[in-house]
Parts: sequence; C-alpha cells; structure tokens
Amino acid sequence: MTWYQYIWAPGIWGNPAVHTAWTAGTLVALASGTVGVFVVMRGQSFTGHALGDVGSTGAAGAFLAGVGALWGFLAAGAVTGGSIEWLGRRVRERDIATGVVMAFMLGLSALFLYLVSIYTNASNAPMAILFGSLFTVSPSLQPALLGLSIAALAILALIYRPLLFSTATPEVAQSRGIPVRLVGLAFMLALVVAAEEAALAVGAILSTALLIGPAATAARMARRPGMAVLLAAGLAVGNIWLGILLAYDSYWWPPIHTGWPVSFFVTVVSLGMYAAGGLIQRVRTTVREGGR
Amino acid sequence: MKIEQTVQTTPQAALEITDLGVAYESTWVLDHIDLTVKQGEFIGIIGPNGAGKSTLLKTLAGLIRPSRGEIRFPAARGRRHPVGYVPQRFDLDPDLPLRARDLVGLGLDGHRWGFAWPNAQRGRKIEQALAQVDLTGFADHPAGKLSGGQLQRVLIAQALVSDPELLLLDEPLSSLDLASAQTVVDVVHRVSQNLGVTVLLVTHDMNPLLPVMDRLIYVVNGQAVIGTVDQVVQKDVLDKLYGYDVEVLRLHGRILVVGDETASGDAAGFEHR
Repeated sequence: MTWYQYIWAPGIWGNPAVHTAWTAGTLVALASGTVGVFVVMRGQSFTGHALGDVGSTGAAGAFLAGVGALWGFLAAGAVTGGSIEWLGRRVRERDIATGVVMAFMLGLSALFLYLVSIYTNASNAPMAILFGSLFTVSPSLQPALLGLSIAALAILALIYRPLLFSTATPEVAQSRGIPVRLVGLAFMLALVVAAEEAALAVGAILSTALLIGPAATAARMARRPGMAVLLAAGLAVGNIWLGILLAYDSYWWPPIHTGWPVSFFVTVVSLGMYAAGGLIQRVRTTVREGGR
Repeated sequence: MKIEQTVQTTPQAALEITDLGVAYESTWVLDHIDLTVKQGEFIGIIGPNGAGKSTLLKTLAGLIRPSRGEIRFPAARGRRHPVGYVPQRFDLDPDLPLRARDLVGLGLDGHRWGFAWPNAQRGRKIEQALAQVDLTGFADHPAGKLSGGQLQRVLIAQALVSDPELLLLDEPLSSLDLASAQTVVDVVHRVSQNLGVTVLLVTHDMNPLLPVMDRLIYVVNGQAVIGTVDQVVQKDVLDKLYGYDVEVLRLHGRILVVGDETASGDAAGFEHR
C-alpha cells in the first residue's frame, strides 16, 4: 500500500455505490449551499431545520405506502412549508408556527416509523430515514435529483434581486412595489426542495449540516452576496465529497471494519468548516485592524 | 428635466392628499387628512408618540392601504419614481455579506428579476448616490458594520438612486447622537436643495429641523395641520389639535410643546408601528 492509499482507499473510483453517492451528493449540495445562504441571511435556519425533520414523516409514510422515499420527503416538506407560510404571516408568529407544525409532523413521524418497524421487516429503514445513508441512494433517483436541483437554482436565479431586496430592507422593497410575500413564497418553494434533498442525502435530522453549515461559513467569510452564494455552493460540494471520502476510508478503521456512517462525516466536516471559517475571519480582522 | 423644474416660477404640487383616512379594525388612526405639499419643500412631520405620524408616512410610501380618500403625486407623472422610502432604524447582522454599495444597488434595480451584472455605469450611479450622502469611500464597507447614522445615510442613498420625486424618512434621527443626527439633517437638506427632491421627515423632536424645514405637518390623534412653524406651533392651534390646554415654550431658539399629560387623549393611548 502506497501512502496515498490512506487517502484514496483502493477501489473508491470503481465502486458504483460511491459513484452514485458522488453525483447525488453533488447535486444535493449545490442546491443546499446556494439556498442555504438566503436561509442564513433571512434568519430562517429554524424553518430549514424543521423542513428537514418533518421529511422523516413523509419518508416513513412513503415507505409504508411502497412509494419512493424522495417523494415522501418532498410531500411532507411541501405540506409543512405551506402551513408555515399560511400560519406565520408575521415574522414574530413564524417561529411559533414552525414549532407547532414541526411538533405535530414529528408526532406523525413517530407513529409511521413505529408502524414501519412493526409491519415490515426493514429494521434499518428508520435509521436510514433519520440519519441518511448516501451509499444506498438508488442510481435511478439521479434524474429526479438533477431536475429538483435545477428547479431550486432556477427559482433562486429568477428572484435573486427581489429576494435580496426583501431580505435586506423588506419595507423599502415593499414600497418599491415588490410583492414581498410572493417572493417569500417562491423562496419557500426552493427551500423545501433543497431541505428535502438534503434530508434524503444525509438524513432528516442531519440535513441542517448541509443546508446551514456551508452557507453560514460562506456568509461569514464573504463580503458580497454573489460571492457568498458561490462560496457556499463550493463549500457544500466540498463538504459532501470529503464526507464520502472519509466514510469510504473508514472501512479500514476500527473497531468493526464495516465503515462509519457518511452522515457522521458530513456533519464533522460541516462543523470543522464553520470553526475554521470563524478562525480565518478572526485572523483577517486582527490583521486588518493591526495594519491601520 | 431638472432645468425645466427650476425655471418654473410657481412650484407645482408634489403631493396632494384629500380626505385621507386609515382605520385599524374599528379605530381611525388617521382621519380627514387634507393637505398639499409643494415641489421641493422640506416638511417635518411632528407630533407625540402614537399620533399617527409613521402611519401617515407609511401610507404615502404604499405600505399601508388607505381606508378612505386619495393620495396623488401630480409632479411625478411617470417621469420620476414617486417616492423613496427610508424606514425607521433597524439593525443589520454585522456578518451579513452585503456592502453599502449592494444596499444602494438594490434601490437602483432591486425590483428587476435575475442578477445584476456588474457594469461601469451602474457602479458610477451607486458611487454618485453615496457621494450625495457624504459616504464617498464607504462603498465597500460591510453594511452591518456601519454606525446608525451611516446606515441611515446609506438608506437615503438607496432611496435617492431611484430618482424619487419625494423622499420619505421615518424617524431618521431617533437613537442617533446629536452630531450624527445633525449630519443626517444636513445631508437631507442639501439633497433637497441640490436635487429638488421634496422631503417629508418624521420626528418627535422638531428642534433639529427648525433651521431647515419650510413647513411642518403637526399630527395629533390622527388629525393633521400643515403650515409654517409660526402658523402651527401656536397655543390656540395646538390646543384645538390636542383637544386640551398645552403650552408652547420658546427657549434659546428651541421650541417645547408642554402638554398636560394627565388630561385625556394624549397619544390616544395606542402605539402603532
């Protein structure tokens, strides 16, 4: 074994499961990173997290009904996103609406996951739904993920300026005739798609790692919005790639030589990036102020 | 276009309000407002808390739909954008990836779809707007790290860059220290003179505006009176507006309106934001 095999473990390029994980993960990361920047700027992290969580209800429901998990994730996200928009018209009501809807949806999730474990013999399904398993994503899902990611990016590209305007100075945007609520609704649609894609890839509970982690790091490091969006997309893709790489390598790690969960590594890298970003920012500030 | 405006001997009306009423649930927050503002005037909107000052401004900005009456901008006629609105002070997250120039740029083309591709003309317009508010050199400063007075001026630039007929400012002086407040007043005054923009500025303290404002709109309990300081800030006028005895004190060039706070009706008992 040569030294680089400790980084690129043997067989990683030829493994079909890894191939699917790469492409699916990249598509998901592109949507999550870009949408995530606006989630962070708009202070909607809680909504983003709730949308991921409630995906478990849809995925468990889909499993019981014999439908693909992705469609369950999306259906639960659409119902929740719509309810939050409808209930929480004012900013102050929003968090409360999100909390109430999320609690109810997670209650349903508890019921569905219980039924899954009782009536089917897929004992690992609840784990896969809650904590994800990128290596088991079916290759047949790739066209759907491609379409969904393109849709989310297209929505963002279309409403980019009005969205930024309504995010930074909502009252001014409204006085200039921008349909602020409609723009918010269109963004919610993109957010549902991104959050549920992330939920499918890294698990309903851990989707926040991909949606918020890279975006928060980028928003903190970049000075201009366009740069933050590009940086977040890059960081999210890097996050997924590094997660897959480490997960594949972990097959050779103790204790049991069966590999550690990908989602674990994705969250570790996500947190590591955020911490490193904070450190870099602090050094930059110190250098800039020291130079004055 | 600008020359044509300055040549006119009798200024056209910039704003005509007829029988304006705004109701929340069953309370009339503003009622029977009739007034006309001439082009290029600097108007202070003065009054106690909860009187309806901000409601009046927000209605003019199109944020609140009037329950009754009419608002017209006769001078705008599609040539210029009717209003530029500067909201009440709010805080931006210091880590927001947004520079002063991004905020001003949104005032220029934030209503359009898609991205703004950088071009020299756009950049020049943004820098020109920032120069008008004395913030040359602040274009690349992070918006969330500006001081209160600087952010206020960036928002004025954001409004000006859309070439508005009227500039509407909601409490731009509140929570600013005296020096910053004076800078904002000076900037707004100069802009109104140089660009011929009509200014309506809401404040609960009229004193910083005394040297610069042409007339004022005094709002109490949803009623409004317009006129010069000498016409409006008089005991008999204000007694009628407040509905009880107030005292008008003039001390060292400052004006204080002292009301009997225990009498009924002051501020009508509600706060509106």
